[in-house]
Amino acid sequence: MYKHILRNIQDIEIWPVISLTIFFIFFVCLVLWVIKVDKKYIGKMESMPLDDGADLNSSDTLKALEK
Amino acid sequence: MELEKFNYDNKIVRAFMIATVIFGLVGMLVGLLIAIQLFYPDLNFGIQYTTFGRLRPLHTNAVIFAFVGNAMYAGVYYSMQRLLKTRMFSDLLSWINFWGWQLIILAAAITLPLGITTSKEYAELEWPIDIAIALIWVVFGINMIGTILKRRERHMYVAIWFYLATFITVAVLHIVNSFEMPVTLFKSYSWYAGVQDALVQWWYGHNAVAFFLTTPFLGLMYYFLPKAANRPVYSYKLSIIHFWALIFIYIWAGPHHLLYTALPDWAQSLGVVFSVMLIAPSWGGMLNGLLTLRGAWDRVREDPVLKFMVVAVTAYGMSTFEGPMLSLKNVNAIAHFTDWIIAHVHIGGLGWNGFIIFGIFYWLVPKMWGTKLWSVKLANVHFWIGTLGIIIYALPMYVAGVLQSLNWKEFNAEGFLQYQLFLDTTIKILPMYMMRALGGGLYLIGAIMMSYNLVKTAASGSFIANEEAEAAALEKKKITGGYWHRALERKPVLFTVLTLVAILIGGVIEMVPTFLIKSNVPTIATVKPYTPLELHGRDIYIREGCVSCHTQMIRPFRSETERYGEYSKAGEFVYDHPFLWGSKRTGPDLHRVGGKYPDSWHYYHMLEPGAISQNSIMPPYPWLYEQVIDKSATAGKITALRIVGVPYEEGFEEEANTLLDEQALAISQGLMESDSIQVVPEAEIIALIAYLQRLGTDIKIKEDVLAEEN
Repeated sequence: MYKHILRNIQDIEIWPVISLTIFFIFFVCLVLWVIKVDKKYIGKMESMPLDDGADLNSSDTLKALEK
Repeated sequence: MELEKFNYDNKIVRAFMIATVIFGLVGMLVGLLIAIQLFYPDLNFGIQYTTFGRLRPLHTNAVIFAFVGNAMYAGVYYSMQRLLKTRMFSDLLSWINFWGWQLIILAAAITLPLGITTSKEYAELEWPIDIAIALIWVVFGINMIGTILKRRERHMYVAIWFYLATFITVAVLHIVNSFEMPVTLFKSYSWYAGVQDALVQWWYGHNAVAFFLTTPFLGLMYYFLPKAANRPVYSYKLSIIHFWALIFIYIWAGPHHLLYTALPDWAQSLGVVFSVMLIAPSWGGMLNGLLTLRGAWDRVREDPVLKFMVVAVTAYGMSTFEGPMLSLKNVNAIAHFTDWIIAHVHIGGLGWNGFIIFGIFYWLVPKMWGTKLWSVKLANVHFWIGTLGIIIYALPMYVAGVLQSLNWKEFNAEGFLQYQLFLDTTIKILPMYMMRALGGGLYLIGAIMMSYNLVKTAASGSFIANEEAEAAALEKKKITGGYWHRALERKPVLFTVLTLVAILIGGVIEMVPTFLIKSNVPTIATVKPYTPLELHGRDIYIREGCVSCHTQMIRPFRSETERYGEYSKAGEFVYDHPFLWGSKRTGPDLHRVGGKYPDSWHYYHMLEPGAISQNSIMPPYPWLYEQVIDKSATAGKITALRIVGVPYEEGFEEEANTLLDEQALAISQGLMESDSIQVVPEAEIIALIAYLQRLGTDIKIKEDVLAEEN
């Protein structure tokens, strides 16, 4: 039944082309964004694992704060 | 901004860690046992519950889902709370997740030795357990997404993306691959047949490696490696590219498990191309991990945590280089079905998963018990004995794999196969099997050392069940602007949906055409559904895990057609629910075994393989001669198979047992006449013989015989 429906979709061949285009555009945008992205934001994200909100006096947190 | 006080739940992390250690030891022990069974078959103990065929899935399931799975939960539950600055969404869900998962493991440990299996690799568990897995996985997902929604950190760190992708993809994989038609509570038939079943299975199998053994652990690497090294990840930008490239590409690579099989060529090529592309994101991730240690390499000399992590990430790099190489058709022609693959997966399993888990645990236990590691020295000994174990495991397996493949393909000057007997090629690699067991044994000893060390460490400290923390609440105001990706990270639900879309496209484009286009699986007129007796025999073949050592897929190579006969065609498997192509030849391929030997050969061979083939490492199956088939199940089997598309006529289930009796009686009488063998027609061995004698014979039926019949 579902096979019959899918077979009858017009121009089903265009779908892989569309998905390739989506992939390509997505990755180009992603790379552009990564190149242009704000350094401060990256710095904040990078230090995220080092600051877990616990033991505020632990060396981990202090070192992260010194940065 | 006001700081809110809250605390992190360490209890759930501890529970998962204890489960990890226990099941890790069990899984490795079973692995060691089956490794020894391969050169010392007596260790099959002569009982049906402990044969290699039944314990092999127990080993793989225990290691993947119990050891690595529990470690994944432990790491995710620990890091997620801290990265999102909140306790888990619901303690109740956390504990349902924990106990549910342990019950599933228990169910697996009971059913697999009993021979209750679907035979699809890493998806062997039967349908009621499949449903339980899906439910518990959803509980995990709800808990995770709930935690993300109540976070105090606006942006989601890259580790969280990996966890989300893991949840989504494993859910999709598990559900699609587990479509099956129940026959009884403990028996079902795969919804798909033959080539389609193989494609779905390896799409699942490959991505189980990708999204159960890899992505969650990359997330853990991005959290715990910076933690242990006390410095931020080398390049956060690279980690963003790493993530998207990995999840986009991984999902396409499954067909590389089916090169040179009856799978359509275009699907094989697609699998190869995407597998080769996978090097880029994988190595990006590996380098990102290793370079995080830049300027801290001096600490790697002293800190066992970092040592384990460095070897883990290096092993990840090695296996993700090896994977694409193995996907090249010319390399695959040598490596496929040999022990090379066993070496490859153990570099990943022992090196990447095992060592990163050890590293994380050596770091976590002192942290969670507020103390120091009991013995750094013992941890260092563990590191070296473990590393040595991996090397002694993997190297002999590489040699064994290449040697075996070359022996299979060797022709003498007269143009005949040099090793006519398959067994000769197996016996030659038995010394390598012994070394492998030694390597595995060393690795297990290391794991025991760790368990002792961790218990001692915990005893020397006091457990911090609820770790206090404080962070500012997330402001409710609407934030606009910022680049699109940053906006995306603020919207976890949208992010999850996009991840789903990314992984679905690959799966859909690969699978839908195989299901729709008839020319992909050319039908063969003489291929007919199995008779009721053969069906029972096939289910015994599945129960005993014969597929662990015997393939049913003759590749189109001269060395294989010479040894086994005509190569396998896609159209021959259209009634195979599930497919039984196998992935490893410890014994010969069986696709054309039908009619090759007399019934009595099979009768004596299954009773005492060593008596027929000297030095055979196949265990005997004496219980097949005492147990009888359950004829009351015949009708249900026929009906279930009809529902999934096997053209048994309406009402056939009523007369099936009559047909079954006739065929069984003919075989048992034949045995009596030829070799004076007395055996009841209902004995399981009769059904198994019927199945084996049918294998691969359909295409030999001549057209004129058919015409005569009509």
